[in-house]
Amino acid sequence: MSLASRSPRRVLRAAALLALTAGCARNTQTPPNAAPVRDQRVGLKAGLRDAGEAISNLGMMSTTMSPPGFAGVTNSDLAFSGKYAIQGNYNGFMIWDISNPSRPSLVKSYLCPASQSDVSVYKNLMFVSAEGLTGRTDCGTQGVQDSVSTVRVRGIRVFDITDMTNPKYVGNVQTCRGSHTHTVVEDPKDRENVYVYISGSAGVRSPTELPGCANSNPDNDPSSSLFRIEVIQVPLARPQDAKVINTARIFEGLTGVTRHADPVDSAAAARAAARPDGGAAPARPARAGANMRGGGPTQCHDITVYPAVGLAGGACGGYGLLLDISDVKNPVRIDAAADSNFAFWHSATFNNDGTKILFSDEWGGGTQPRCRATDKPEWGADAIFTIENRKLKFHSYYKIPAPQTALENCVAHNGSLIPIPGRDVMVQGWYQGGISVFDWSNPAKPFEMAYHDRGPVDGTKAVSGGSWSVYWYNGAIVSSEIARGLDVFELKPSEFISQNEIDAAKTVHFSELNAQGQPKMVWPPSFALARAYVDQLERSKCMSADRIASVRSTLSATEKGNSASRQTTLNALSTQLAGEAASSCDADRMRKLADAVKNLSVTS
Amino acid sequence: MPLHFRALPAVVLLALSATGCASAGGRASPAAPVGIAAMKHTPADAQFMSGMIHHHAQAVLIAKWAPTHGAGADLQRFAERVVVAQADEIVTMQSWLRDKGEPVPDATPGPMRMKMAGIEHDMLMPGMLTEADLKQLDAARGVAFDTLFLTFMIRHHEGALDMVETLFAAAGAGQDETVFRFASDVFADQTTEIRVMQQMLDARHAKR
Repeated sequence: MSLASRSPRRVLRAAALLALTAGCARNTQTPPNAAPVRDQRVGLKAGLRDAGEAISNLGMMSTTMSPPGFAGVTNSDLAFSGKYAIQGNYNGFMIWDISNPSRPSLVKSYLCPASQSDVSVYKNLMFVSAEGLTGRTDCGTQGVQDSVSTVRVRGIRVFDITDMTNPKYVGNVQTCRGSHTHTVVEDPKDRENVYVYISGSAGVRSPTELPGCANSNPDNDPSSSLFRIEVIQVPLARPQDAKVINTARIFEGLTGVTRHADPVDSAAAARAAARPDGGAAPARPARAGANMRGGGPTQCHDITVYPAVGLAGGACGGYGLLLDISDVKNPVRIDAAADSNFAFWHSATFNNDGTKILFSDEWGGGTQPRCRATDKPEWGADAIFTIENRKLKFHSYYKIPAPQTALENCVAHNGSLIPIPGRDVMVQGWYQGGISVFDWSNPAKPFEMAYHDRGPVDGTKAVSGGSWSVYWYNGAIVSSEIARGLDVFELKPSEFISQNEIDAAKTVHFSELNAQGQPKMVWPPSFALARAYVDQLERSKCMSADRIASVRSTLSATEKGNSASRQTTLNALSTQLAGEAASSCDADRMRKLADAVKNLSVTS
Repeated sequence: MPLHFRALPAVVLLALSATGCASAGGRASPAAPVGIAAMKHTPADAQFMSGMIHHHAQAVLIAKWAPTHGAGADLQRFAERVVVAQADEIVTMQSWLRDKGEPVPDATPGPMRMKMAGIEHDMLMPGMLTEADLKQLDAARGVAFDTLFLTFMIRHHEGALDMVETLFAAAGAGQDETVFRFASDVFADQTTEIRVMQQMLDARHAKR
């Protein structure tokens, strides 16, 4: 087990550092000769609008406060559609035009309270999660005082966003536990519908408020609202008719999962498992509701689907689940992991190849300070697994390396992959721990490459703030800051990452993005892509300096040359590189380079 | 790597006035609270937060016994997490009560002083250990401590779940964002922990 955050290399890093007081849209410049000093994230000045800031290998392009009615209320998750970023807020949502990342402009703010207003898009539709008790069918701001009420919305709100300046509230799908988060998933075999998986672990509603809800033990009551995820079908032609079509019981039989990091007493575990009840019997007198409380996760917190590989990662109570979603309507559990260092499995991110998965542990629900010097690096962190024969295999933890104060809520939270070819790179929000860009290509040794952090929102008491989620979208790093609005960053070249790698990342374009529905990243042919692989081979020292120089020179010459000779030269180079791959210490990357060069010749 | 102290001034400080911060949608002036920001808390909310302070304080008290009472390694790890988690949550509850102008109880691990029909009396929150329970647990060591601790703490956690359910059943309760989120987190975390404790308890029963 490698605790990445203990690596002294990363604490004493010759990173470019910039301490700034908060402003608005601005240009930043990296000082040429930054010295290795203690982590600049330590000791930042507190303040809502004028907090001290530390930034490394990122450029801050803009920070934009939420508009009145939304400022001062929690900003939540993000979704993207075309040039728009849609930002959830406990009072509704905001639509930003981010085509100029240095100056996002507000297109629409839509007042319609619901916590936590996590948002997703699918073509002209938008879905918003409602879990709290205050959400109303009429979007009223007065809350719902009655403990049982038919005006309460807990579930999914559906909007038509054909006109971004005028979203239309189409309808709701009410669910028994509301929706903490949700996941949009497309069924390639079904063009008429889109599907939404509902996650949420709040209490079950009264059947008087929503008929059919049952807070009961599913062993005795098959209609129990517990131990299941709801699958909603949304007819694209009539989204107002969206409804729950399945309640997948993906938690059944979740016993005997060995928890990583526990002292294993295999003999005792075997004896327990051999008992007729599988060792899960409650060792105390049964009482109403007792079994279901101890019977494992009754819901997921978040599910990330990766349709390209037919898998989903479910972060469900005390478990990380691997689900087969090849039948979208019927997700099936294929493996589960538990870890005594993990409190509450929060979310999942696959690598692009679908061979690894990273789960985060939102210990304390995101409201607690879990990044103090006294908090262990493996607590409230990410856990990195490889997927081998459809089983999860643990490798390491990742946590931001800079300690935060007791006034800053901080724990692993939402992030996304950055499409750096040939590497697994991710940007992740850590609430008031800021944002962290890290490489987890080697699952045993993740390391940080860039960050941004502010001081506490308030210097006198703990006030919620920080990055709820941060995602790479078409070249920009967009962060939803709970208390401070919308932040946009750009990734800068450093000792960890080259300009070519960044340029290659920017060639990947999506027409929309929900981080919970991972798209496969595919790099179109570009000289940046080929050069990115060359830079990586230089870094891994798996290509000689002479060969690197000659490949770079050939690429430059062909980029400038005429198309006829270009094709011949690139084909020849590709063939040579493919031939050299076998003897390289990084054969796979050599082949990727050869392919990238070949594809250049085809398209040029 | 050599240290270039002369390069330190490269740490650039920029002071930008907040008034220069014209953003697309926002104005600098704070608006009156709307929607979730304007929700009023109820006596049920305040009672939940006050009662849970004592409830949490007792969990912290007994979890701190794990290292001194010969608890198993897995239970010690679990208990350490309970200490960190619930001590932090006590700060959250006290801070919320202070912000709302409500009385802020000290984190004493005993009963809560409540006023009912004009008469003050002391009441243990659901699932809490009695004085006799505490004495029994404090006297136990090793596996006996583990078994007793887990049995008591499962009951203690179930009491917390009961408190959350009572809160959400009260009219007007949980409209406050912090209360809803905090109570929901307690529910989710402690549900998960009950499961973990049951596994530890099962493993100990299986050994016999």
